[in-house]
Parts: sequence; structure tokens; C-alpha cells
Amino acid sequence: MIRARALEKRYGDKRILRGVEFDVGTHDFLLVTGPNGSGKTTLLRLCAGLAAPSRGELDLGFARGRVGYLAHEPLVYRELTALENLDLYGRLYRVPERRERTGMLLERFGLWEARHARAGSFSRGMLQRLALCRTLLHEPDLLILDEPHSGLDDEGALLLDRELMERRADAAFVVATHEPERLERFASARLALG
Amino acid sequence: MMYLADVGALARKDLLLELRARDTLPAMLLFVVSTLVVFHFVLPADSSDLAATGLLWVALLFTALLGLSRAFAAEREQGVIDGLVLAPSDRSAIWLGKSLSILAFLALAEVIALPAYALFFQPVDAALVGGIALADVGIAAVGTLLAAMATASRARELLLPLLFLPLAIPIVIGGVGASVAGEPARYLGLLGLYDALFAIICWASFEYVVTE
Repeated sequence: MIRARALEKRYGDKRILRGVEFDVGTHDFLLVTGPNGSGKTTLLRLCAGLAAPSRGELDLGFARGRVGYLAHEPLVYRELTALENLDLYGRLYRVPERRERTGMLLERFGLWEARHARAGSFSRGMLQRLALCRTLLHEPDLLILDEPHSGLDDEGALLLDRELMERRADAAFVVATHEPERLERFASARLALG
Repeated sequence: MMYLADVGALARKDLLLELRARDTLPAMLLFVVSTLVVFHFVLPADSSDLAATGLLWVALLFTALLGLSRAFAAEREQGVIDGLVLAPSDRSAIWLGKSLSILAFLALAEVIALPAYALFFQPVDAALVGGIALADVGIAAVGTLLAAMATASRARELLLPLLFLPLAIPIVIGGVGASVAGEPARYLGLLGLYDALFAIICWASFEYVVTE
């Protein structure tokens, strides 16, 4: 699904990544670790196709709409409600029966009661839950998750772990984290940066 | 068909965001009216109608610039553009949806600006309205692309006028020409040609603007 060889990424004079190599198969779970500034987010953006490498080979073997990308920001509009945000993404990502799917995800992540509230009024944890709903909405083949447990309380973290467990056999994962011990049980490969 | 549905959903979303946040259109309305008031007092009483027409176009152009500077604010602040770019829909739908919402904001600002202009300066004729309508299409098409480019930069407030104003010169020439010339058809044709040409260029190149 993803094949990287001698991958390098620069922004101006600053080299963010150098000589990175890895493969991600259809059912692999690549755990990416490293200190702050080691290039984890940059690597995830490359894997999602949001940035191009400066040097090296990067083959992305998936259709654009089949990736679920969880970033640092929730990628939702603050002035839209949770429901409106997911409905917009559902339309753009061609989700079949999007209303049912949206409702199911909002319920699963404990946001059903807040579905008509604007995302701007959400706490950090609720925004992360909404971002997870958005990421999983179209049942992607590849999940690219940047610090997925960030901002989640214990209940939210458990919900996420349950979701990862359920999706583990059906999708490929590239996950960057500062808490590798939490995700170690899912991982089939590891990549340490920096 | 799917493409048009995507464009419609994106444009509707922008209008809904503006309806709730009200952070672009009220600023455009206040700006264009207050600019016309200032021009009314700046222009000597015996000035020609041509000078007033020129000032109207200055006011409209800078009002558009104000709206364009906020065009991708919601996408930038929450990183939403990444989510849109990763969708399987054609990326040019993002540009077209945004252009349509900008066009709507411009039209609404002008609904207020033109009566104010008629009140302070001189009556508005069909050639002026036609010129403004065609100019709006060009401003929305080019401005949306440039606003997306500028959004990716840290110096976005500086970059957008620097990119937009030189490209808006043909719009000003065509718009002012259509407003003051005895035979406006030639200038309206120029505006139509500009709109068609730049709409195609912007439609085709938007994909490269929103990806690194």
C-alpha cells in the first residue's frame, strides 16, 4: 500500500526527514515514534499524499478517497454543528447511507446529544472525538493517525482502542504517537525517527 | 452531476458559515459604503462624472480584496483544507464552490454600493451594471485561486494584494471602459474574454495550489 525508499523532505534549507525507508501492506500497522520535531507529522502528510517528498521514492498504492487522515487539528468547521460537518464530509467522500453512518458514529463516540452543537463550542476531547468520526466516516482502507489519543479522556481513549481493535483486520494503519506502549499491541512494524 | 453536487455543497457551506459567523460580508458592506462617503467628500463639487466612475471601481476592487483576504480563513484556522483535498471529488470543485460564494458576497455588497453611488455621485446605467457583473466573475475566479495560494504563506495579508492587483488591471480597464465609453460592447467583450480565459486557467491549476 505504501513503499518508501531513501525518503527525504526539506522545507527550504531545513531537512525534516532523511533516508527513511518502510513498507506498509494492506493489513499492516506501522507505529511511528520519535521526539518532537523528528518529522512524524511530515511523514504522515507524505503518506496521505498531502505533501511530496523532496528526494527518494514514495509509492502510494491507494485511491485518494480511501484514506482516513487524523491530524493535530480536527479538520472541521467551528461554525458548523457536528452533524453538519460530518454530513459535508459524507457528501464529499461519497459515503453511502451517510445519515445512518453519521448517526452511528456520533453515538459510538458519545456525541449524539451534542450533534446540533457547533464544533466551536466543543472541548478539546469532544473535538478529537468528532475528528475520529470524520476520519472513520467513509470506512477508509488506510488510516493515518497523528497522536490519536491526544486530548481524549479515559473513556474516549477506550472507545478509540475498541475502534482500532475492530478495524485492525480490515485496514492498514500508519500511526504516530508519543505513547507507543498504548498502541504496541496493534503494531506489526515500528519506525523510530530522529 | 456529482461534480456539481460537490460544488453546491461547498458553496452552501460557505454561505452558512458566513450567515453564522458574519465576519466577511458586514465588513465588506461597511467598507464599500464608508469608502464612497469618503470619496464623496474628497471629490471637488465640480469634478467630472468620469472621476466618480473611477473611484467607484477603486472602491469595488478594494472591497473585493477585503472579502478575498477572508476567503480561506475558516479552512486555514482549522486545517480543513487537508480534509477537503483528500476527498475523492475533483479538487477544482473547492475552487468553484468558493468562487461562487465570493461572487455572492460581491453581488450583495454591490446591491448596497450601487444605490449609495447613485445617491452620492450619479445615476447607474445598464453598461455599468453589466461591467460590474462581468468584473465580479473575473475577480471571484482569479481572486479565489490567489487567496488559496496566499493562505499557504505566512505573509498572506501582504501577498494577496501583491498577486491580485496586477492581475486585476485588465478587469479595471474593461470595467471602467464599459462604464464610460460611448460604445461599451468592446469593453464588455474584453471582460467576458478575461473571465473565460482565467476561469479555465484557475480551474485547471487549483489542484497544484492546494498540494505541496
